[in-house]
Amino acid sequence: MIELCDLAKTYGPVAAVDGINLQIGTGEFLVLAGQSGSGKTTTLSLINRLVEPSRGAVLIDGVDTRETDAVVLRRQIGFVFQDIGLFPHMTVAENVGITLKLAGRTRAGIAVRVEEMLTLVRLAPERYRDVFPAALSGGQRQRVGVARALAASPRVMLMDEPFGALDPPTRDELAADYRRIHERLGLTTVLVTHDMTEAMLLGDRIALMREGRLVQVGSPRELITSPADDFVRAMMESPKRRARALAELQAGPA
Amino acid sequence: MSADAGAVSAAFSHLGDYLGWHVLLSLSAMLIGVTVSLPLAVICTGSRLLRGAALGFAGIIQTIPSLALLALFYPLLLGLSAFTRATFGIGFRALGFLPALAALALYSMLPVLRNTIAGLEGVDPAAKRAAQGVGMTRRQMLLLVELPLAAPVILAGIRIAAVWVIGTATLSTPVGQTSLGNYIFAGLQTENWVFVLFGCVAAAILALVVDRFLALAEAGLVRRSRPRIAVAALGLAVVFAAGLLPLAAGVERRPVVIGTKNFEEQYILGALIEDRLRAAGYSAVRRDGLGSTVIFDALAAGEIDVYVDYSGTVWADDMKRRDRPGRETVLAQMTEWLRRTHGIRCIGPLGFENAYAFAMRSDRAAALHIHSLADLAAQAPRLRIGGDYEIFTRPEWRAVERAYGVRFETERQYQSNFLYRAVASGDVDVISAYSSDGRIAQYGLKVLADPRGALPPYDAVLLVSPARARDANFIAALKPLVRAIDLARMQRANLMADRETSKRSPEEIAAGLDAYIAGRGLQPEQK
Repeated sequence: MIELCDLAKTYGPVAAVDGINLQIGTGEFLVLAGQSGSGKTTTLSLINRLVEPSRGAVLIDGVDTRETDAVVLRRQIGFVFQDIGLFPHMTVAENVGITLKLAGRTRAGIAVRVEEMLTLVRLAPERYRDVFPAALSGGQRQRVGVARALAASPRVMLMDEPFGALDPPTRDELAADYRRIHERLGLTTVLVTHDMTEAMLLGDRIALMREGRLVQVGSPRELITSPADDFVRAMMESPKRRARALAELQAGPA
Repeated sequence: MSADAGAVSAAFSHLGDYLGWHVLLSLSAMLIGVTVSLPLAVICTGSRLLRGAALGFAGIIQTIPSLALLALFYPLLLGLSAFTRATFGIGFRALGFLPALAALALYSMLPVLRNTIAGLEGVDPAAKRAAQGVGMTRRQMLLLVELPLAAPVILAGIRIAAVWVIGTATLSTPVGQTSLGNYIFAGLQTENWVFVLFGCVAAAILALVVDRFLALAEAGLVRRSRPRIAVAALGLAVVFAAGLLPLAAGVERRPVVIGTKNFEEQYILGALIEDRLRAAGYSAVRRDGLGSTVIFDALAAGEIDVYVDYSGTVWADDMKRRDRPGRETVLAQMTEWLRRTHGIRCIGPLGFENAYAFAMRSDRAAALHIHSLADLAAQAPRLRIGGDYEIFTRPEWRAVERAYGVRFETERQYQSNFLYRAVASGDVDVISAYSSDGRIAQYGLKVLADPRGALPPYDAVLLVSPARARDANFIAALKPLVRAIDLARMQRANLMADRETSKRSPEEIAAGLDAYIAGRGLQPEQK
């Protein structure tokens, strides 16, 4: 279980995150949603101490994250980046195995684990192991990013708009694949997105942010049926409108 | 053309020695420069203040003319060596390899520093964030991500530095370090343009080859192509090995080091000494073109073993004497002073003087009724004088100024080759000349008398380092040179090197002198 307790981060006079209280259950898939600049990426970065809080605390299974060395903490938590962040000078296998290398695992042990991870994200190991990231498509690169984040067997995965840069069919396919991995490995996942449709389709719960604060936390259904205020209602409008338009197209005359 | 072919083959005969030292010097300087610059750049990255200080310092070094930078390290190291000898009992050679190495290493720093900082600061922020995100420490981030990603830019900096260092290393010749610059400096002095060209081309080829291999390594890093990097590394290794091989073959025992100053007479006498020592079974090398104070200190320190100096130079520069007791007294007192204060052995005078003299075109002297320095002083404010790079700062010149109160309209400095042309063409009215110079007669110049005895005598003398002074065979090999060369013979020998046509190399002229001294009766000009 991850607990955010009165968590805040200010940059000078500006509060990027302004007093957040939130519990994320073990095995839960939580989506942090909101518009650009709402503080969702900062909130995510506060969990593995890529950013240190100005106030409040993050507890993982009841332990304050500040009691663990930041580097050690980050090795226990998987992180997938929006811009993918593969190391361009390392092969796919080297990228996926980097956390294991940092942990001092043997070369043979790393190779076995890399095979497993590539298979898990549906990249044929014999074909992709030794190529450099520059030779991959966007979707393939992000599969490698996910494999890298999973290699050290983390219990918690943090994903910062992981599918944002991909074309829609690839994005949907990858999102569905990841959701399956989440179930299979029993992960706790916190995923940041500004795409409400994606949030609705992926998350067990959605935490909607605005200007550094939580506006509403609930299941996708709760957010649609009982929005807390006009802002939430407005945010829900877009996916609903798109769904209606698609339904009309399907039902209507050709 | 056959003379040129001879010069080319003479040039090739030195290539192993010169190229070897050039490669060793450049490679060592680059290794030190990179070893210092890389960590420095890492420390400076991210701190505006440190980066400014480091780049500013390296930039200032770059603005110092390279020749001056090399020259400055000699007194610096000499002082340091005196200090360590006094404090720890261990001194080191202040001439030759060390000053050249220190100056070139400093010179290599700016491009490496600048490119390393730029390379590290140019690393994609996404890669750095990812490195942090996967749990790398600061050190792992630097070694596993930042440096590898900056490597092509860093290597580009090393490439620039390597080309600079290989080019600038030619300037280490005047501080006594053998390099491809020996061709250029010797060629410039003796107007052997084949030598000058040979030195330039050899240095340029070396720089180009190293540059191409480094470029290949850079491309290999950019394209992550291991074969390219391997070929480049192999190529560089072959270049270094080929350059250093002749050097390694030649260092089994320390040869005699013969010093020469930077003019033709010195090269001829250096070659003559070399001939005699080789004939006596010594292996000898020459350190050509040393400055006149550098060469004396080097002899006292045992960095060179033998050279020819002039009694008046020691008298004025080293003994700080201003009195003029006469030629033989100066010789005797100088010999005693050298032995007592430095342990230097003066074997004896060669038999001629190379004195400072002032010379005019005979027709011009006659027209102005100038026969002596006293006559000259009266008309000097309307006249122009040309001198070499040293004369106007030397005590002899101050003595002349004091004795005659001369003050000229203008003073100009020339490389000694061009002095005679300047007076012959009328660019200047009077020049500082050297009495043993064959061109005085060739150009029909009149040497002005010195009625007040302002100028000291300048007997050419053979000086031997304290260590070699005890070597009886060494002294015996050189003894026959004492009082063996009169002024007219030296003037003719010098003219063969200085004249415009059918020039001879110092080695050829020396061989002629040697043959003459050995009593075979061959005149030098018939050689």
